[in-house]
Amino acid sequence: MKALNDFIKKIKPSDEGKFPIMHAIWDGTYTFLFVPGHTNKNGVHVRDGIDLKRTMIMVVLAMIPALLFGMFNVGHQHLLAIGEVTRDMPVMEMFMDKFIFGTLKVLPLIVVSYGVGLGIEFVFAALNKHSIHEGFLVSGMLIPLIMPVDVPLWMVAVATAFAVIIGKEVFGGTGMNIVNIALTARAFLFFAYPTKMSGDQVWINTSLDEGQQLVDGFSGATGLGNAVEGGKSALDEMGASTFEAFIGFIPGSIGETSVIAIGIGAIILLLTNIASWRIMLSAVIGGIVMASIFNMVGDDGSFMAVPALHQLMLGGFAFGVVFMATDPVTAAQTNQGKWVYGFMIGILGILIRVANPAYPEGIMLAILIANVSAPLIDHVVVQNNIKKRLKRVKTV
Amino acid sequence: MSQIVKISKGANIKLTGAAEKVLGNIERPTSFAVCPPNFHGLMPKLAVKAGDKVKAGSTLFFDKYNEQIKFTSPISGEVVEIIRGAKRKILEVKLKADSVLAYEKFEVSAASAQDVKSALLISGLWPFLKQRPYDIVANPSDSPKSIHITGIDSSPIAADYEFLIKGQEDVFQKGLDALAKLTSGKVHLNVNDKTLFDSAKNVQINKISGPHPSGNVGIQVHHIDPVNKGEIVWVLRAPDVLSIGRLFKDGKYDASKVVALAGSKVSSPKYYKVLPGANIKEMFGNEINNGSRVISGNVLSGDDVSIDGYVGFYDYQICAIPEGGEDEMFGWMAPRFNKFSLSKTFFSWMTPNKEYDLNTNMNGEERAFVVTGEYEKVFPMDILPVFLLKSMITEDIDAMEGLGVYEVAPEDFALCEYGCTSKIETQKIVRKALDLVKRECG
Repeated sequence: MKALNDFIKKIKPSDEGKFPIMHAIWDGTYTFLFVPGHTNKNGVHVRDGIDLKRTMIMVVLAMIPALLFGMFNVGHQHLLAIGEVTRDMPVMEMFMDKFIFGTLKVLPLIVVSYGVGLGIEFVFAALNKHSIHEGFLVSGMLIPLIMPVDVPLWMVAVATAFAVIIGKEVFGGTGMNIVNIALTARAFLFFAYPTKMSGDQVWINTSLDEGQQLVDGFSGATGLGNAVEGGKSALDEMGASTFEAFIGFIPGSIGETSVIAIGIGAIILLLTNIASWRIMLSAVIGGIVMASIFNMVGDDGSFMAVPALHQLMLGGFAFGVVFMATDPVTAAQTNQGKWVYGFMIGILGILIRVANPAYPEGIMLAILIANVSAPLIDHVVVQNNIKKRLKRVKTV
Repeated sequence: MSQIVKISKGANIKLTGAAEKVLGNIERPTSFAVCPPNFHGLMPKLAVKAGDKVKAGSTLFFDKYNEQIKFTSPISGEVVEIIRGAKRKILEVKLKADSVLAYEKFEVSAASAQDVKSALLISGLWPFLKQRPYDIVANPSDSPKSIHITGIDSSPIAADYEFLIKGQEDVFQKGLDALAKLTSGKVHLNVNDKTLFDSAKNVQINKISGPHPSGNVGIQVHHIDPVNKGEIVWVLRAPDVLSIGRLFKDGKYDASKVVALAGSKVSSPKYYKVLPGANIKEMFGNEINNGSRVISGNVLSGDDVSIDGYVGFYDYQICAIPEGGEDEMFGWMAPRFNKFSLSKTFFSWMTPNKEYDLNTNMNGEERAFVVTGEYEKVFPMDILPVFLLKSMITEDIDAMEGLGVYEVAPEDFALCEYGCTSKIETQKIVRKALDLVKRECG
């Protein structure tokens, strides 16, 4: 350890040299291996052990259950599609086949996302002469998790590059962005290549080996896709009843299907206090309120009549609320503002999903809209605080 | 009408090496220094030169912009040297003490506000009075709406003010009586549940409870009697009142005070009676281990004075903690049971009574604001700390005014700085902003 420390300090390249990127890469590696022993000079003499790396790695950790589940589910859905397994069989049947198939499909997405994103981060760090900031540790994992499994790798690369450069670096890097990076990537693909991001062709991998064929009556639609037409009965029929959607063996983006796996992540985030419980809670309340309103006005059997709890289990609602709405940089920053912000996401997410036939899922747009509204929400809270102080002067 | 304030936000950082409540014996050192940087915002002008003989209470220097405010010698002896820094800034006025102290004799009376003021000014005790807004030495020509005295030091391994004052209640009361003349409003004595102060008269006693920073006088003022634009509140700490009381009792500047020598790098942490400006190495050289950071004041907002430094004018605590500097392999993901964290990404929240031996490492690198809500948890004022800080960084004075810049002092942000994920130097930002607002609006 000491030898490694000495070695890495010995090979430190100059940040003024011909290739500043060398210094950025060195710095990234060094601070990855070691927390530098800088000491406090002014102000406090002792400091908390926490730093941004630790915060970010906790979030990545919280996403691992959803990732592992997603890998397994990709394989499971594939084998279902080609008829190797049926829904009546225990899901653990052919466990390794499913998991390995899914891993081989998902891993390249992760590699591309991290590779492209971190590459760009290094270049900007070198250009701006600052050290690598940790924000992309989380974004790089989020991006694959919100993609359909069949999205081409080059699209992931383009979307990641777009999100990191236009979504973040032009604003000044980690901590300065207006909208969530991972959702920027997804929105980019959603509007640029809609056929690869929606419909019923992309959610399940249907690549066939020789001698394989799709089962009769195969439909690759997600629960939401089916529910738009057939309401709750269509969901139950396809194997996406409330409980089944809660467990998560249904088609969908890689990380979004299992509310249980996401729930484990949510518990990690809440226990460590990294994500705001205010945002999560108010978003869920918002979702329930909006879905209940639709329940009241909708005809029986229609999409509107899908019970509120069932609505929340479907699509990206849980994933968005736990991992993306709580992104502290793009969320409202005041405690009161967080209540409004979360509630807005819940309401808008279900509203867009149910009321707008063009978008089978609304949570992405809901969070993006809330992201751009967050400064306004905070502004109101801040002005209230200012007014309270002014009022105090007048009453004296 | 006493007020009861319960503070729920904040945190107590438990460090090893709290001072045992025993008064240790030490010889008075010969080497002293009065350091103008102790007094923020001061433009010192010397009244002595090297070789001059001084008595305890003789003026060493005064404020160029307010010549009434004098800074006096804590001892009698000889001015040895004037140490200057960049741009000839005066850093230290070094003194060599006589073996027997001779005092300047002051004719003091506490009959009127003017008498009290001139007594405090001539004796050099005036700088004990600090003001909100701006956290600077009070201006004698102001008339404050109230005076607040904190009877609590809630910072880590702090001195227990009750221990400092016990047995001198009469002197303390004399000081309170004198202070009461200075304001047309009330003198507030803000204490916790300890009963020592209950017998104090001529003051309003407010009961404060809760974790650090509940002992910070600015936090107390905010809850009891908030400072609005244009208003001035004077603040001081309870042991300061002892020095003031002694002046009015004996007519001389007896600066002696009891300080807690604490921290994990101190062999046997306890209390000692010292004079401000006394050389730390001469007194505690054997007590403080090598490789320590020596701090005059507390570990959150005190000054790094090094072992060769001097006891600060305002400080009732000398801390010695381990100096860091070592890289930590994979520290950002290791569990690190030896770190105390306000966040729950460490296990320290499960062992609330464990004491920690923290070193001076930053434990990370500076980043932009990312995590939200963490300052609010340790900032017990109805102020939005991050928004106030951002307005300070952008030097937007209008926004600062609106967001409450007149109520804060750097020390109030110390816990925010401690727990900041992005390692932002909040106290420095606040200090700079207060100076700016003072310059532009003060």
